[in-house]
Amino acid sequence: MARAVSTRRKIGFTIAAWAVALMIFFPILYTIITSLKTEPEAIAGFSLIPSGTLESYFAVQSQNDYFKPFINSVIISVGSTLIALVIAIPSAWSMAFSPTKRTKDVLMWMLSTKMMPAVGVLVPMYLIFRDTGLLDTRLGLTIVLTLINLPIVVWMLYTYFREIPGEILEAARMDGASLFNEIVHVLTPMAVPGIASTLLLNIILAWNESFWSIRLSAANAAPLTAFIASFSSPQGLFWAKLSAASTLAIAPILIMGWFSQRQLVRGLTFGAVK
Amino acid sequence: MATRQTRTLARFMMAPSVILLFIWMIVPLAMTLWFSFQNYNLLNPGNVSFAGLFNYKFFLTDPAFLQSIWNTLAIVIGVLVITVVGGVALAMLLDQPMFGQGIVRILVISPFFVMPPVAALVWKNMIMHPGYGVLADISKSVGLKPIDWFAHYPLISIVIIVAWQWLPFATLILLTALQSLDEEQKEAAEMDGANFANRFWYLTLPHLARAITVVILIQTIFLLGVYAEILVTTNGGPGYATTNLAFLIYRTALLGYDVGGASAGGVIAVILANIVAIFLMRAVGKNLDK
Repeated sequence: MARAVSTRRKIGFTIAAWAVALMIFFPILYTIITSLKTEPEAIAGFSLIPSGTLESYFAVQSQNDYFKPFINSVIISVGSTLIALVIAIPSAWSMAFSPTKRTKDVLMWMLSTKMMPAVGVLVPMYLIFRDTGLLDTRLGLTIVLTLINLPIVVWMLYTYFREIPGEILEAARMDGASLFNEIVHVLTPMAVPGIASTLLLNIILAWNESFWSIRLSAANAAPLTAFIASFSSPQGLFWAKLSAASTLAIAPILIMGWFSQRQLVRGLTFGAVK
Repeated sequence: MATRQTRTLARFMMAPSVILLFIWMIVPLAMTLWFSFQNYNLLNPGNVSFAGLFNYKFFLTDPAFLQSIWNTLAIVIGVLVITVVGGVALAMLLDQPMFGQGIVRILVISPFFVMPPVAALVWKNMIMHPGYGVLADISKSVGLKPIDWFAHYPLISIVIIVAWQWLPFATLILLTALQSLDEEQKEAAEMDGANFANRFWYLTLPHLARAITVVILIQTIFLLGVYAEILVTTNGGPGYATTNLAFLIYRTALLGYDVGGASAGGVIAVILANIVAIFLMRAVGKNLDK
């Protein structure tokens, strides 16, 4: 009897949760569906069944050269994340394993740089970029994104490294492991999952960054954020094409996001919620 | 325990990030501060002079400034209310036993991964468009006149779009916090005869207090700087109806070419953000001590 009731309750919750979840997901779903329609179909009224044409995808490539901003996005987001990791790993490592009195202050200070509103430094950044020729270059955007994500990378790595027990290193040393063995066989396997989550989350953040990437780029280095933003001035019938471009822009990150959602909470709250 | 050698090594390892972040923090900010006291217009770059507090006076007395502060607050508070209330409700729903919980979670979290320009354009054109949007189709099917969202409710439209992007974030964090609530405590409360409202008010909500604080503070930092959503939907209009502080500074700087005025605005934005930041740092800092 109790069991029957709880199954009924479970079915009730299932229906409610799925209904809400589908409503929240609907704009994304409808974008994917619309991308598979022809332009006249896309504005012909509500329909969840597309004709399945891929013409919008071809149109986005042939008319707007989609591939170029896509490559820019890949280079800028992956590049900035890798550089940030190379800079951050030693810092996070030393703060986690040989903390000093000032470690906490340094960490808080790093976080505070993240609070600076981008518009507060828009003017000088624009002028610096203009005068150094970095405006509208992939290198320039990579540098900016490295800097704005560096504090998060340090913090995330720090929260992961802190959980590696220091005693294990000592035990390995007592067992006669050389420094090389210690790093390769003991430390690396324990550090890799944390580094991987950090990598994933920061590629996502860099990919979606929509202030600097739009303002400091033009035709040449524009990543997908700027490319999609350029669709805001309508050019006739473009619903299906906009949907195709949007689907292509969010698909890779959506899939990465699904894989990293468990680490997301920790990464974005700087370890305050686990 | 740490020898002098390891301490030196530790400092050496810290140096690159500390130096880079220090430069990143100091140089542009110092330049903004400097420009904010100068008469400097990009259309007339040869004619730069000391302006005293003129730029601040100019920016603060601009009627658009008060409007932009109001719009900034409306966006921040509107989105916070929707995401926190909705997030608590949604997290509690997702915490219940159900079939396909993993997939539901993935569907709910997805909007967070959608880049702002895509989110804004999809909502503007495919959901809220008065002629071809889904909401218009629904209105027409029940015999109502479709609402022209961006013409009549521009600020509310922006709030809806931004709330859609942040609701998943709030939900995910609150769900994580909810899952750490002790099952036995819940059962004990139930056995003592506490009804749902009592359990929610005296057990769940206090347990979530910390997570809610973190959600509010982190979202505030990002919501103060909402930019791309405004750029691709209303471009700050009609008039200044959807211009927030970030967008006003952008307008002054890159559309008005007024380096001095925009810098003064930038300094004001930094001060406002810092007030929020102090509270966030306290909340995060507390956790670090544990």
